Amino acid sequence: MINYFKLAYRNLGRHRRRSFLSGLALALGTALLMFIAAFFQGEMRSAMESTLRLNSGHLQVRDADYDPDKLSVAWDYLVENPMQIAAQIQTLDVVQTATPRLFASGIVSVRDESVGVQIIGIDPASPANDPYRTLTAGEFLTADDREGILIGYPLAQSLRLSVGDTLTLLVNTADGSVDQQPFTVRGIFTTGTTAYDKGIVFLPLAKAQAFSGAGDRASIIFVLLKDREQAEAVAAAISSPNYQVKTWRELNQLLVLVNDFSDAYLVVINLIILGVTVTVIVNTLLMSVFERTREIGILSAIGMKGHQIITLFLAEAFLLAAGGVTAGTLIGWAASAYFGKVGIYFGDLGLSADMLLEDRIYTVLTFDAAVNLIITAFVITLLASLYPARMASRMEPVEALHSAQ
Amino acid sequence: MEVAKLTDVTRIYKVGQVETRALNGINLTIESGEFTSLVGPSGSGKTTLLQLIGCLDQPTSGSVVINGKETTGLNRNQRADLRKGTIGFVFQFFALIPTLTAYENVEMPLLLNGKSAAERRRRVMELLEAVGMADRANNRPDQLSGGQQQRVAVARALATNPKLILADEPTANLDTENGEQVMEIMKKLNRETGTTFVFATHDPRVIKYANRVVTLQDGVIVKDAPGNGKS
Ligand SMILES: Nc1ncnc2c1ncn2[C@@H]1O[C@H](COP(=O)(O)OP(=O)(O)OP(=O)(O)O)[C@@H](O)[C@H]1O
Ligand SMILES: [Mg+2]
Repeated sequence: MINYFKLAYRNLGRHRRRSFLSGLALALGTALLMFIAAFFQGEMRSAMESTLRLNSGHLQVRDADYDPDKLSVAWDYLVENPMQIAAQIQTLDVVQTATPRLFASGIVSVRDESVGVQIIGIDPASPANDPYRTLTAGEFLTADDREGILIGYPLAQSLRLSVGDTLTLLVNTADGSVDQQPFTVRGIFTTGTTAYDKGIVFLPLAKAQAFSGAGDRASIIFVLLKDREQAEAVAAAISSPNYQVKTWRELNQLLVLVNDFSDAYLVVINLIILGVTVTVIVNTLLMSVFERTREIGILSAIGMKGHQIITLFLAEAFLLAAGGVTAGTLIGWAASAYFGKVGIYFGDLGLSADMLLEDRIYTVLTFDAAVNLIITAFVITLLASLYPARMASRMEPVEALHSAQ
Repeated sequence: MEVAKLTDVTRIYKVGQVETRALNGINLTIESGEFTSLVGPSGSGKTTLLQLIGCLDQPTSGSVVINGKETTGLNRNQRADLRKGTIGFVFQFFALIPTLTAYENVEMPLLLNGKSAAERRRRVMELLEAVGMADRANNRPDQLSGGQQQRVAVARALATNPKLILADEPTANLDTENGEQVMEIMKKLNRETGTTFVFATHDPRVIKYANRVVTLQDGVIVKDAPGNGKS
């Protein structure tokens, strides 16, 4: 057996700098691919997580007439007996938690400033509200608190509110009028998602119902499942003529679309990066074929066949690919791991609640994505190298010998 | 026995509109054990003829039979197969693979012929010994003089015990002493192993070793006479 790798290694060693640079190009390309994949993954996960956890849940039970954009608490739009329905849904095995929520529109005023907000009445005891339990100051709400309010960190900042301060909250009530009442800031929460935190205030459900005149009704039952892929099945199981059930897919059509597109988008980016990288490798190999025309002629004259010449050049490509992809994987993995811990700060991108993104995006490099990229980079490099390799193998020995005399 | 038999061989090169009739109706038979020189002025077709005998190239018309096998119509790989093991080459330039040591250069045709490691080792050392290069086995070509490189090239040409060795101006880039040395080695191998040698050359130092001298002019054989070389 001819040791093609030994030959290839020595041939690469002839032009160390050139081999190094083309390996480096492949390394950087691979690293970039990994990082972008990790970024996309992190971004989509963050968007999904934030949007589902903070906003839509996996399932929502609503009154058939409910219009989420109006935030109306008119009784026609609300679910009756929400506690009972929530308790029933909660009994299902696949359900993690189900809790009623009341949404109303309001205005917070302090001194001479006022800001429009969404008032959410929550059951403080429900684990569904854990995402709001991270406080920068103060304490979380209790169910029987009649004067306390929980506000978001960005709102507290802009209105210069601290724990213990008093604000005036104005609400659009069920009968279409407005009511107002002073509340004391009990706590300041942060979900890490400014777009969300800046426009939300929380009241205990009972207080919110009384304040807005919603009786014992709720806008939705917010349901989290143990596995969100079960949403359709659970929706079918709990369907009832008294209310409608919406799944997270229906509630987040934009997000689902973006998520689906992101894969296609990623493929395009990958192809562009790989295209550039592979051009460098192919160029290196082509140069090497042209420089070694005479040598190829000699090998051919002493009986080396076409496929053996192809193997020789592919072995060079293989070594370049192995070195480049390995180094690139290490760099890409290190960068993804680092930014997976530290995150990349984007701040409030001003996205709506349809697609929430945390202020920091944490890169997530999945094993599958990494393996896919490694294989893709490798295979594409080798495939592209077939062109120069075949070219070398097709040289007629006479012409090859002539060309350098 | 006939090692090579060319019948009515013509080779026309076409470059753009210009046709060059490099060989014109050549009939030539090379018998086993010959030590033959192809001579003639520059451009007379010596290299072209060697390339046809060596199956590196194909005639425009006519037939080339090597070792009893018709070669016209063979594809690139079939010709490579025919060459390896049957024909060895020594070129004017020192055609060693620069990344391989002297040892590895001589070993390459044996590798291509699928010889075992032990056999390769024995054969390579034997050949390097024969051309006086055993002590430089591990040197790369750039660490060898032109004459030394050419001796390694001769060893490589002989590696697979080919019936026929074709050498195109093997001494052209060598000084007198090195040239003579290389010729002595080839002559000795010819005598001891019966390997057939065909040279294309202008060099009188080569011609004087030949036992047959074929003279070409404008692609035609104008003279075919015994040489002065002692067999
Ligand atoms: N690849 C080629 N393309 C076109 N013409 C060629 C080619 N090779 C050789 N020729 C022409 O064919 C003729 C014979 O060339 P060849 O190389 O065989 O001569 P030669 O006897 O070896 O000469 P020299 O002693 O200078 O080496 C010349 O006229 C040459 O120009
Ligand atoms: Mg010539």
